[in-house]
Amino acid sequence: MAYSEKVVDHFNNPRNVGSLPKQDPTVGTGLVGAPECGDVMKLQVKVNPETGVIDEAKFKTFGCGSAIASSSLATEWLKGKTVDQALAIKNTDIVAELALPPVKIHCSVLAEDAIKAAIADYKKKQQAGQ
Amino acid sequence: MLKFPIYFDNHATSPVDPRVLEAMLPYFTERFGNAASRNHKYGWEAEEAVEQARKQIADLIGASPKEIVFTSGATESDNLAIRGAAYMYREKGDHIITAVTEHKAVIDTCKRLEKEGFRVTYLPVKKDGLVDLGQLRAAITEKTVLITIMTANNEIGVLQPIAEIGAIAKEKGVLFHTDAVQAVGKVPFDVNALNVHMASITAHKMYGPKGIGALYVRRRNPRVLLTPIIEGGGHERGMRSGTLNVPGIVGFGKAAEICRLEMAAESVRMQALRDRLNRKLHERLDELYINGSMDHRLPGNLNISFAYVEGESLLMGINDVAVSSGSACTSASLEPSYVLKALGAGDELAHSSIRFGLGRFNTEEEVDYVADKLVSVVSKLREMSPLYEMVKDGVDLSKMQWSAH
Repeated sequence: MAYSEKVVDHFNNPRNVGSLPKQDPTVGTGLVGAPECGDVMKLQVKVNPETGVIDEAKFKTFGCGSAIASSSLATEWLKGKTVDQALAIKNTDIVAELALPPVKIHCSVLAEDAIKAAIADYKKKQQAGQ
Repeated sequence: MLKFPIYFDNHATSPVDPRVLEAMLPYFTERFGNAASRNHKYGWEAEEAVEQARKQIADLIGASPKEIVFTSGATESDNLAIRGAAYMYREKGDHIITAVTEHKAVIDTCKRLEKEGFRVTYLPVKKDGLVDLGQLRAAITEKTVLITIMTANNEIGVLQPIAEIGAIAKEKGVLFHTDAVQAVGKVPFDVNALNVHMASITAHKMYGPKGIGALYVRRRNPRVLLTPIIEGGGHERGMRSGTLNVPGIVGFGKAAEICRLEMAAESVRMQALRDRLNRKLHERLDELYINGSMDHRLPGNLNISFAYVEGESLLMGINDVAVSSGSACTSASLEPSYVLKALGAGDELAHSSIRFGLGRFNTEEEVDYVADKLVSVVSKLREMSPLYEMVKDGVDLSKMQWSAH
């Protein structure tokens, strides 16, 4: 299987690998996928509560090269976006940017799910804090 | 000097040995005759070459040359053995026994026979990949006509207890076929010592050319008859019609002869390389799981799950090494290796597995390079793996609620 140049680049030089403190009220964590399916993504965002802008995004992914590239790209796109802008990111945007073949579309779906899960977690924490 | 990509996928296919190629070449050009041409020298010399190869192959497995039926490869051999015996002995019975870890050429042939009204028992395997002889014995009924169990598995390299299965088959009066593709030429294999009635073999797994295989079909004690699946000019004792692939057969024969003469020394060298690779990985990486028995295994095979790292990403990281993975992502299907699943280790370990198949032309230098590369790529991917992080934080992954998709 041949990978697109962009997938190879994200795989070899993944952006924003790492973890943010899970307990921090300004951090939202999304964990999606399942080990038996062959991919698990953990995506975290740190949001500035004053502006609603995502200051930091980190990921860790167990999965194929396309799954790693999809989550790496997602963290790049998330930084600097507001929470609402982040929710507008669609899996098809990721497919287009990385030129993912049909068998790898589920990787982009997982990345979109991870973004939504991370933001939902952040919002839940904010509501709980109020 | 290392040549890239390093080839560690000899279970898929092996390069043709230069000595084999040299033996084949004249049979493409000056000795191009049809082995079935009885009226001239071209035919005679082709036939003579075929008969010499038949003997070379028979000698490797302790058979008589007349018991070797040439086919296009092991898939055809498996089809001919299983369907040929099922149709021939249908009046005697309609039940076949095989195992869940067999090659698709066997499994799918059995499935087809099920659609045609035969009954098939698919034996499970134990954690080490071997069939349970008690379960095999218990599965045999009065209607059982055929047992088909492979000698060595193509993914995990485990060697089934073929001699014991042969003895049970003999005692019960049931035919025994074995797909011996991965084993012949790598480990001792004698059709009489093992009580085998039929055995599938192929040239391209033993440094011969692709497109030529054989089925050993026993001629005495008992004489096995098969209904042909390809009809035509009645070649190969009527069991497999079609003009013989003379250059391929010559190469197959030469490859078999080399294996017979060099197998003892070569298997020691293969096992030393395999053990070196295994040791180097275990010295520097934790949480490695070997799939299949280490005691009953092909000398050149290693199948390891690198826990918390997905197989395809691992292959991508070691893209200057040619190996294969049991992960679903490497294939069009979304299911991971059915062989690894059958061991009961869990799908996540199947997704994390790599199969190494060492062969005649691999070197210690290559093993060292591959080991170093794997250690660095696995370490990098584990740094990136949420599963590895969770386990290091003391999370029990099996107790997590995952969102399966």
